[in-house]
Amino acid sequence: MISVDNLSKTFTLHNQGGQVIPVIAGATFSVAPGECVALTGESGAGKSTVMRILYGNYLAQGGSVRIGDVTLTEAEPREILALRRETLGYVSQFLRVVPRVPTLDVVAEPLLALGVAEAEAFERARGLLTRLRIPETLWTLSPTTFSGGEQQRVNIARGFAHRYPALLLDEPTASLDPTNRETVLRLIEEAKSAGVAIVGIFHDKGARDRVADREIDVSSFARAVA
Amino acid sequence: MTPLLRVENLTRSFGGRIGCADVSFDLYPGEVLGIVGESGSGKSTLLNCMAGHLAPDSGKVIFDTRADGPTDTLTMSEPERRMLSRTDWAFVHQNPRDGLRMRISAGGNVGERLMAVGARRYGTIRSRALDWLERVEISDDRIDDRPAAFSGGMQQRLQIARNLVTGPRLVFMDEPTGGLDVSVQARLLDLIRGLVRRMGLSAIVVTHDLAVVRLLADRLMVMKDGHVIESGLTDQVLDDPQAPYTQLLVSSVLQV
Repeated sequence: MISVDNLSKTFTLHNQGGQVIPVIAGATFSVAPGECVALTGESGAGKSTVMRILYGNYLAQGGSVRIGDVTLTEAEPREILALRRETLGYVSQFLRVVPRVPTLDVVAEPLLALGVAEAEAFERARGLLTRLRIPETLWTLSPTTFSGGEQQRVNIARGFAHRYPALLLDEPTASLDPTNRETVLRLIEEAKSAGVAIVGIFHDKGARDRVADREIDVSSFARAVA
Repeated sequence: MTPLLRVENLTRSFGGRIGCADVSFDLYPGEVLGIVGESGSGKSTLLNCMAGHLAPDSGKVIFDTRADGPTDTLTMSEPERRMLSRTDWAFVHQNPRDGLRMRISAGGNVGERLMAVGARRYGTIRSRALDWLERVEISDDRIDDRPAAFSGGMQQRLQIARNLVTGPRLVFMDEPTGGLDVSVQARLLDLIRGLVRRMGLSAIVVTHDLAVVRLLADRLMVMKDGHVIESGLTDQVLDDPQAPYTQLLVSSVLQV
């Protein structure tokens, strides 16, 4: 479902003396449907960079990324947008939303964008918010004022609203209490048994051991500084 | 899929100075394209050339018309182009005073556009005007007030209603939130986003505000000295800018 071949990435800081920061080189791996792969490595090794390249948020300097039948590294913006709408989900560490949009709308939005009927989309959103224990009194409020853990759960609800065949999870359990952590791990397990290919970053070793089938150490892709 | 709009090598100079040079891109149905750059980068010149407000020196602006398919709007006759700008195109000005008739009522401002495309029955025109005022969150007891009595944010919403009532397929926006309070901006952006999605509109938004394009635009073009120096998916260009100028632009945004 996801295949990465000889991927490389450097950052060139034009306004700081043209300094070139190599991040990764020769990254090669693939993820099958129903499989969960955890990216590991210490902070700064390039885990999030790899995730962002997989989402098309960062530009790769070399190599290729294929998600389903789309070669992300060569795709037009509108093809990437279609991919993100239909195939590729991403739960980032931080929630980024339009101010003033109610939580329920934030969660239902991926479904509405796919043309799912409003009643069905909001039903699914309500179900996920309930499962993730976001009190119903908060549903009509914008999540921008929520606590960190609540925002993260809204983000997770949004990421799981549509069953994307490929899913990227950046620290999905980071700031959650044990009960909510358990719910999120169950959501991940359900997605896996439904055949979703998952790439995740989990600092929480217990979570990683439970859901990940394989680990990939990103520091093995570190580029030797030229 | 046929692009709704295809721009080829659009160039306009003023005397010896470059306004915009060799700009080419495709815009597909339902896409929102943001154009950013500092003052004087040529983004408004480009917008005005595309919308037919300014004659370019060379290049093509090919629009997928309902009747004849893709047609270069620059070689159309004046009446044809005017009809296009009344039916399929809309232009939202930065200053609502440039896009509204300040001496006629709010309802009249919306109704006038309907009459321009052939609506004649008073009852129909008034009810559609009311419907649109409601969609842009202007209460119905203000329908007979003149826009001069409205706040800046209300005027801008009225201008949007006036522009969208005829069901255009392509909307040009020049700094749609410029000069408004941040709280009013957020509400307006939310409104524009909702309308774009529900009506399946394509839009080209010129702004110098990177937060506005992040929220509204699918794709982004960065202009400097009349040239497009970088383009791509909005979040990619903002989060991983490649060109030196784009890096400077993104890193210069003040964080709150």
